[in-house]
Amino acid sequence: MKRSLKNVVGLVAFIVLVFVPMDWTAVGIPWSGLKTYPTYALTLWLVTAIAAMGVNLIVGYAGQETLAQAAFLGIGAYTSALLHKAGVPFAFCFLAAGSMCFLIGIVLGFPALRVQKHYLAFVTLAFSVLVWLVIRNEEWLTGGTETLRNVRRPELFGLSLQRPAIYYYWFVLAVTSVLGALLWYILRSPWGRAFTALRENPVRAESLGIDVRTYTLLAFAIGSAYGGFAGSLFGPLVGILDPNSFVLGKSLEYMLMVVAGGSGYFLGPFVGAAVAVLLPETLRFAQDYYLIIFALLVMVLLAFCPTGILGLYERLTTRARRPHADDKGPTLGNSKTVAEAKS
Amino acid sequence: MSMTEVAPAQVRADAKTVLEVRDVAKSFGGVHAVRGVTFDVREGEILGLIGPNGSGKSTLFNCILGQLAPTRGEVRVGGRSVTGLRPSQLNRLGIGRTFQLLQVFPQLTVRENLILAGQEHEGSRISRLFGPRDAGLSANAARMIDFFRLGHLADEKAGGLSYGQQKLLDCAMAFMAGPRLVLLDEPAGGVNLTMLGNLKERLQAINKETGATFVVIEHNMEFVMSLCTRILVLAEGQIIAEGPPDTIRKDPKVIEAYLGH
Repeated sequence: MKRSLKNVVGLVAFIVLVFVPMDWTAVGIPWSGLKTYPTYALTLWLVTAIAAMGVNLIVGYAGQETLAQAAFLGIGAYTSALLHKAGVPFAFCFLAAGSMCFLIGIVLGFPALRVQKHYLAFVTLAFSVLVWLVIRNEEWLTGGTETLRNVRRPELFGLSLQRPAIYYYWFVLAVTSVLGALLWYILRSPWGRAFTALRENPVRAESLGIDVRTYTLLAFAIGSAYGGFAGSLFGPLVGILDPNSFVLGKSLEYMLMVVAGGSGYFLGPFVGAAVAVLLPETLRFAQDYYLIIFALLVMVLLAFCPTGILGLYERLTTRARRPHADDKGPTLGNSKTVAEAKS
Repeated sequence: MSMTEVAPAQVRADAKTVLEVRDVAKSFGGVHAVRGVTFDVREGEILGLIGPNGSGKSTLFNCILGQLAPTRGEVRVGGRSVTGLRPSQLNRLGIGRTFQLLQVFPQLTVRENLILAGQEHEGSRISRLFGPRDAGLSANAARMIDFFRLGHLADEKAGGLSYGQQKLLDCAMAFMAGPRLVLLDEPAGGVNLTMLGNLKERLQAINKETGATFVVIEHNMEFVMSLCTRILVLAEGQIIAEGPPDTIRKDPKVIEAYLGH
């Protein structure tokens, strides 16, 4: 897809996301908008996509492993909620959640300098369990299994985002857009190229002057900060913080989202989060069987398109364009090179 | 088909020493891969490093370039000890390299590969985040693309190039940051004869134009003998012969090391 067309599609998608939950009957359009629960599900999708964007940076772009994103979500959620309860303005709580996770992400990145692949996954898994234990056991701070209640939604210029649900949805949509644009900018900068080099060939990258250690730590730090930002938005969305929201299984879900959406594709986390958050909701008609159907769908998806939904899309569109590409003649390959070198 | 015949580069009599390797040794457990190697390389020189398989050439390269920590010995570049520095630090000091096996970034285009190869030499890390996407290197990359005759492939993904084209790109990346010393590990390996002539000609042109110094590991004798000004022969981790190509060609120790009698 050409860049200009991509921009138009992106803009249309954004406009749809802004206006679809609204009630349009007053202006004669027969669309009464989304009720509270679908709006909540859409907001949760956005929050989840922010956290998955962080995983995509670490796993999809920088080629590392992490099974700790739910832990960062938890750190961000509790940091933000506790500060907000103490009277700190939400903007500072939000930034504090991201900064805290940025710093802890750097620390978690250090093992990645020594171990790779599943060894690294196990290190992050251990961290995830450790954070969950702290959240559950330190009741004086987090409320533990008694949960942290009354996590309120912020006010924006004096306007409470507590209800209706669409206000908080718009707020989260705006924050998601800003964070998405920020990550897009980073990935388009020389840093993004360095992250790609890190994923594709760290030994060669190092020999070209790319400080693999620093970029590995940066990838973990930024990716974890996105977990923290998502956590900061998650608390006010659900209103109550329970340690079970941040268990290891949730981290595996974030990994699933990135893989199912398309690891290393910018929109992969949004597609993956839709699979993990919105697809189960649409399967509720199957009542008790909906999670079984969901699991089967995910298994089939990963078995037949391991590059994720966006990878499958790219493969199909590339295949559709191939006859045209062949018309250009043998642009690649030794025969061309030899002919060119002879001339 | 023979390669293009170009006279080997000449080294000025007053040329400074760029690389000093002093008694470098590397052992892996009980295996002594490199056993106390000492040599110098002077500015503008193209030094060939040859030897049978398993003689320790690539291990020596990796010790010089910080990929492996030597068991003993010292490496100095421009008079400064660089032993123990990481490859990225060495690269930023002006030392480039290529690898025995192809090492390009397949998902990036030829142009992006080249920009990546030079971007860490421009400004600070923060300035790279807030600066232009091409790190101000588009013009440099275009020059390098033209120089290595990759113009028609500039916006192709590197993974789609032929082996020989990727070898050219690999070399171009090593020169992108304008290094003063480049270590090339089997640049001719797997490259067809026509492309090989092209590669040799390009290397000699860079050497002549920029005065860059090369150390080349190579098994292709015709290539290395016609490219290099001086040859070092390594066998069982030690230097067994050193001298100009014509002398090395006739050295009985070298013949014995290669033919095993």
